[in-house]
Amino acid sequence: MLPWLLLAILGLAAGLAVTRPARGGRDDAALAEKTERIDALLPQTQCGLCGYHGCRPYAEAVARGEAAIDRCPPGGAATVAALADLLGVEPLPAPVSPPARVAVIDERLCIGCTLCLDACPVDAIVGAPRLMHTVIAALCTGCGLCLPPCPVDCIQLRPVPAARGAG
Amino acid sequence: MTLPRHAWRGGVRVPRHKNLSNTEPSRAPPLPARLIYPLRSHIGTAARPVVGPGDRVLKGQCLAEPDSYVSQALHAATSGTVRDILDYPVAPGDVMTASIVIEVDGEDRGIDPWPSLPADADGDAIQRRLTEAGVIGMGGAGFPSHVKVREGLTRTVRTLIINGVECEPYITCDDRLMREHAAEIVAGARWLKRAVNAGECFIAVEEDMPEALAALQAHPAEGVTIGTVPAIYPAGGEKQLIKLLTGREVPSKGLPIQAGVLMHNVATARAVYAAVVEGRPLTSRYVTVTGGMTRPGNWRALIGTPVSHLLQEGGWRGGDQRVIMGGPMMGMALCSLEVPVTKVTNCLLVQEAAPAFLAAMPCIRCGECLRVCPVQLNARALYEYSKAGDLDAAQDLNLFDCIECGACAYVCPSHIPLVGYFRAAKAAIAAAERRQRAAAENRGRYERHQRRQAADQAGSATASPLPAAAGEDREALRAEIAAAVERVRARRAASEPPDGERGGPA
Ligand code: SF4
Ligand code: SF4
Ligand code: SF4
Ligand code: SF4
Ligand code: SF4
Repeated sequence: MLPWLLLAILGLAAGLAVTRPARGGRDDAALAEKTERIDALLPQTQCGLCGYHGCRPYAEAVARGEAAIDRCPPGGAATVAALADLLGVEPLPAPVSPPARVAVIDERLCIGCTLCLDACPVDAIVGAPRLMHTVIAALCTGCGLCLPPCPVDCIQLRPVPAARGAG
Repeated sequence: MTLPRHAWRGGVRVPRHKNLSNTEPSRAPPLPARLIYPLRSHIGTAARPVVGPGDRVLKGQCLAEPDSYVSQALHAATSGTVRDILDYPVAPGDVMTASIVIEVDGEDRGIDPWPSLPADADGDAIQRRLTEAGVIGMGGAGFPSHVKVREGLTRTVRTLIINGVECEPYITCDDRLMREHAAEIVAGARWLKRAVNAGECFIAVEEDMPEALAALQAHPAEGVTIGTVPAIYPAGGEKQLIKLLTGREVPSKGLPIQAGVLMHNVATARAVYAAVVEGRPLTSRYVTVTGGMTRPGNWRALIGTPVSHLLQEGGWRGGDQRVIMGGPMMGMALCSLEVPVTKVTNCLLVQEAAPAFLAAMPCIRCGECLRVCPVQLNARALYEYSKAGDLDAAQDLNLFDCIECGACAYVCPSHIPLVGYFRAAKAAIAAAERRQRAAAENRGRYERHQRRQAADQAGSATASPLPAAAGEDREALRAEIAAAVERVRARRAASEPPDGERGGPA
């Protein structure tokens, strides 16, 4: 009985602590912290499907209340649920997650221009000027951002082979 | 001498169907056409292949070496040719796993065995031999045996337990093994005891395995106590047997060594003997093939044999019955019958008629599942939380202590497949943790990427591998790229288009 009571009191205190309105300079700090906690729940794919340039800008928008919590397709239902939980709002229907895909460079055609290196937000491509480039499949999130810059169209997105992660 | 018995809570008596498969001596099936060796069929990291497509291999030859400390070596079980190394379904769950596939040549030529270790070989030498011979735990999860021996070398082992408590209702492979190779098991136990300098050594079998007990007792050895434990499922579970024999508890998420115990399965003890004395790597094991078929029994199967081969030899007519790998309590239904026998495959069970899959009814809160749980989990609450997807709550109730023994589901009057829910919940938690890790790694690489790009724009020549930052003439570069693009276009026009369509972001 006693531990429960203690927990309840602690919970109440914690609840008061977060709901107390912040003022002045503490606004920024609170916003930054909120952004940080939202960002921690995003998949960090940096794909831009949410309409923002990466996960952090989206997290900032959500923290300011400018963006809804259902904008991140790679995160899917899990991210929506986690955000709803964090922000104390009703979960929205989850966006449709894109199918799991992985980029593959046709190494016979790659001219080594390095443009895809620049485009890949999560450094999943290795290569050097004038040399063949290749995708590290385990690091690739399948966001497709490397496709448009390639001048010879030698990058494709392919379905991820079943249960790749288990190996 | 009899074994000590300490109190043990939970468990359930289940009807046995052992005489279906344990009355005949074990048989050797004809050589299969091919053998499949998943590089990862054990706990730890995948093995590293040392052969390639086209290589001729002999029986006993090493195919793959341990890639890290917690890994295993694989050896050819007969002679043949390496056909390929490719993704192959592996049980449970048909997970695609890189595997070495060998085309068997039927000649069964082998390499010479290694010399036996001298009788005074020390723990290090024994540990090295077990690593070399690819010996892993053959009773369950497939933990590399040399790692356990190493644990025993660095910490005090009060009790070494050789586990012959085959408590699953249909499985008899250890039973047959003990009847047919008791001397080697006892000798293997003595080598293990010496290796880890154990204070005492118990070999335990179930009460209703009198033949196996008699066979073992025909080879008394100093410092080794052979005896029985009650036939209550799951008395053969690692933590349960430790509690039963020593009265000591393995902490939650802990290892047996924390209770001063090392445990090896009887088949592992025999593999230890084979490796240390006969100089042979682990390439075959006893597999019970039983249930709805004309010739149920135990097979001395080569590791890598496709499951379908053994089922055929057992006289299974095929059909829509379910094939379970493992026993009815803890096993899992197979999707593909091409999956190979691995070092941990103990049983293939063809369930007689279509199992009486009774529709699950609502939980009536009878508490039966709580009574039988050998780890004293609140199975009912775990079920509610797992079903509702409240994974945090399930973890708080020690979901990960569940050994998936199936006792709760077995007794549930509402036929709720509780273990299925627990497995799914564990998998969901593991997947969430993987996602979390991937996100953290993505973020790290993304931040480094951003810093590099910022440095590029600031004109720093040090940070970037890109040519523009290396001080080259941009115009010349652009021209060079254009020329290269032209060359590729010409090459493309000349040859047929590359395979596949170019995909784009959805
Ligand atoms: S859609 Fe999701 S993963 Fe993609 S950038 Fe936006 S928040 Fe990040
Ligand atoms: S390689 Fe391409 S698809 Fe893969 S993560 Fe990088 S940019 Fe995205
Ligand atoms: S953008 Fe295309 S051509 Fe250029 S390096 Fe990448 S894959 Fe090769
Ligand atoms: S399956 Fe898990 S919860 Fe059920 S009885 Fe066994 S250990 Fe307990
Ligand atoms: S045994 Fe089945 S019906 Fe009884 S409490 Fe457990 S889950 Fe509910």
